[in-house]
Amino acid sequence: MAKVTVDGIEVEVPNGASVLQACEAAGKEIPRFCYHERLSVAGNCRMCLVEVEKAPKPVASCAFPVNEGMKVFTDSEVVRRARRGVMEFLLINHPLDCPICDQGGECDLQDQAMGYGLDQSRYLEEKRAVKDKYMGPLVKTVMTRCIQCTRCVRFATEVAGVPELGATNRGENMEIGTYVEKALTTELSGNLIDICPVGALTSRPYAFVSRPWELRKTDSIDVLDATGTNIRIDARGGEVLRFLPRTNEAVNEEWMADRGRFAFDGLKRRRLDRPWIRRDGKLVPASWREAFETIAGKLGGLSGAEIGAVVGPLADAESTIALRDLMAAFGSTNLECRTDGAEIDPTRRDFYTFNTGIAGIDQADALLIIGSNPRTEAPVLNARIRKRAVAGGFPVGLIGPQGVDLTYAVQWLGAAGDTLRALATGTHPFAATLKAAKRPMLILGRGALVRPDGAAVLAAAWRIAVDCNMLQPDWHGFNVLHQFGGQVAPLDLGFTGGLSAGLKALWLLGAEPKQLPLDAFVIFQGHHGEAAAQRADVILPGAAYTEKDALWTNTEGRIQEGRLAVYPPGEAREDWKIIRAASEMMGKRLPYDSLEAVRARLVEANPIFGSAGFAAHGCSDLSGPMGDPAAVEDAPFVLPIANYWLADPISRASETMAECATVYGGQRALAAE
Amino acid sequence: MSEEVVQPASFAFDPESEAAIAQIVARYPAGRQASGVIPLLYVVQRQMKRETGSAWVPLKGMDAVAERLKMAPIRVYEVATFYFMFNMKPVGKFHMQVCGTTPCWLRGSDDVLKACKEAAGVTGYGQTSEDGLFTLTEAECLGGCVNAPILCVDDDYYEDMDYDSTMRLIEALRRGDRPVPGSVIGRQTSAPMGGPQVLTDVPGE
Repeated sequence: MAKVTVDGIEVEVPNGASVLQACEAAGKEIPRFCYHERLSVAGNCRMCLVEVEKAPKPVASCAFPVNEGMKVFTDSEVVRRARRGVMEFLLINHPLDCPICDQGGECDLQDQAMGYGLDQSRYLEEKRAVKDKYMGPLVKTVMTRCIQCTRCVRFATEVAGVPELGATNRGENMEIGTYVEKALTTELSGNLIDICPVGALTSRPYAFVSRPWELRKTDSIDVLDATGTNIRIDARGGEVLRFLPRTNEAVNEEWMADRGRFAFDGLKRRRLDRPWIRRDGKLVPASWREAFETIAGKLGGLSGAEIGAVVGPLADAESTIALRDLMAAFGSTNLECRTDGAEIDPTRRDFYTFNTGIAGIDQADALLIIGSNPRTEAPVLNARIRKRAVAGGFPVGLIGPQGVDLTYAVQWLGAAGDTLRALATGTHPFAATLKAAKRPMLILGRGALVRPDGAAVLAAAWRIAVDCNMLQPDWHGFNVLHQFGGQVAPLDLGFTGGLSAGLKALWLLGAEPKQLPLDAFVIFQGHHGEAAAQRADVILPGAAYTEKDALWTNTEGRIQEGRLAVYPPGEAREDWKIIRAASEMMGKRLPYDSLEAVRARLVEANPIFGSAGFAAHGCSDLSGPMGDPAAVEDAPFVLPIANYWLADPISRASETMAECATVYGGQRALAAE
Repeated sequence: MSEEVVQPASFAFDPESEAAIAQIVARYPAGRQASGVIPLLYVVQRQMKRETGSAWVPLKGMDAVAERLKMAPIRVYEVATFYFMFNMKPVGKFHMQVCGTTPCWLRGSDDVLKACKEAAGVTGYGQTSEDGLFTLTEAECLGGCVNAPILCVDDDYYEDMDYDSTMRLIEALRRGDRPVPGSVIGRQTSAPMGGPQVLTDVPGE
């Protein structure tokens, strides 16, 4: 540790820390453009200049290591003059087009120009102009505004793992771009917009839409993948305008995946915004009362064994428990949530969650990926794996399709079940690698369980975890990676009973089962209707994840609260309220009238909902799930997400995602082969 | 990059380049081959000179370097576009680089430039003559200030140039001759004009 005095405040910081970090420890804010705590230090913007005692000239604090007894001044006349000079140079070639710039109001350059900028320019010569670059359908560029901090170059290279951005030419002619025109091939490109300190990289779908001070900001959770990314929903009036990530070190750090960020325009299109009922074979608009009466009339005459309920991958915990209670009132145990057919063993929570934790990846020292492509299933989680892989000493083995680019070095072990069997019996050489590691982990894709021998795959993965020392009293290296934010909560709430044959009525909560009983009465409740809604006899319009206060469980089992940002469109309502209202019409009134009461019921049903849902844990009970590890068949593993951009109903309704699918479709399909 | 450049559809190292690459890559420790990016770009530029008569680095050539050194292509683009020694578009058969920095300018680089324009038929910096033989480039300090002014043709320095010697040089090039590089006034390396001025006597002799 080194003692440093910053403006008279003495702080202790680790040796090797930068002066800037010492200043922050002392509570002094240092202006910066190029420095970003999650990227390497470039030291090229010079905005963070501070005065250091005995130094002959101001030093760039971001790149200057601390020394014992160093005295730093962050607000002296020298510092102020130096920063004013830097700012004047930065503004020489900056277009000063703030009134038409989308970054206006949340621009680092604008803010810091208020502190260090001159009120008028001394520069009378011609400014330079730079041709705009094409970086794909999500990132809009106005390169004349670029101050060449190279944050985007470093982000693409270091975090996203796609070294496609660079600074070409030199001096006056230096430009940031891809040199050859191409769309950035990353699922994290939206983060470029966040890290760009000026208006050079802005959101293409959000271009000229709004000013930041007009927006109502709501903290929520992204459910379009199972990472559970913490987000901020920016809305104006009744319309969601953009999503931004919030910092949560344990989950998403400060990154966000592109589908979660940009698919929200799908929330405004193809919505189910009023109840429908089927009359004479055709769906016709109806009122809530008519819809409920139709349901009550149909379900009233049925026994519990003839009624079933299926929960889809984007359902929240509150509506799930409400539906379960409604089914219990009918005496039905036909509850299911594994619509993809994944053979998940729900008997123990660590059989179906990401036990290591996303932050736990940082501590792992070997990884086996089975039947998953984390890059498309959870891009932010993949960036976390990449961060660990780049740090070194982290062998990664993959059982799955060959040639998948995960943005880090991967040892491809095999495509099919025979490789998994070889690992489970310890005959595969990679088993020795795992055994040699102190904290090995494996990631079992949910998609790997969607096959006839899914239970055997699960058992084989657990067998590997046991044999390769992944299960220790203080370390749990067995992980299941889900695909959507609503896939874990129904498992916690017992929607795993399976559907018996001969059902006469089926309640689908946003679910799209592969097969529906032909003559059953189908109730579809949800926000986007696809095949199942077409087939439904009654459609109840529900709320999407931006439109309700709800609890979401991510793949770790971490329970996070999403909040209502806008009200559901038309006559759509919050889902648990719909079920509660339907129950009353059917004379089976559920005993809760408020969100608090539903949440109390959730805790009663499964105490896990009274906690954070996830805490770092080990594993002491090594007994595995049902299934015979030796029964894994030779069939190759198939990745569940064929097209990243169109993986869920909201994305399929989104124009932005459709454009992405067109732009990236071809090359992504090739990469998967 | 400028759009008007017609890029070749492919680029593959020829045996001569391969031999040079083997030698270059062997200089660096294993895993650090990327250090050889600048020498390899020269290899590409010389091969283009051999094959097409124009020393330049096409996109495919940079990609070939990236692939050979296991670098991301953009990292090669960054280096290649940074250094003016690499031509990003085709140049004439003779690439004339006139140094216009202060010492050369004080010693008459304007005359050299004038002669280049007149004799080679080039309109200005960055231009190629109509016969495709000469390209004129303005170079920042070529580092030969003691023998200023300098005219660099391809990889050769012609020193102590003036208007007449430049005219003669270009005529010679046009004829297909390649005059011996170095000082055109017979100066010995960078010794003073007219022969050594000091240390003329050897003590004890």
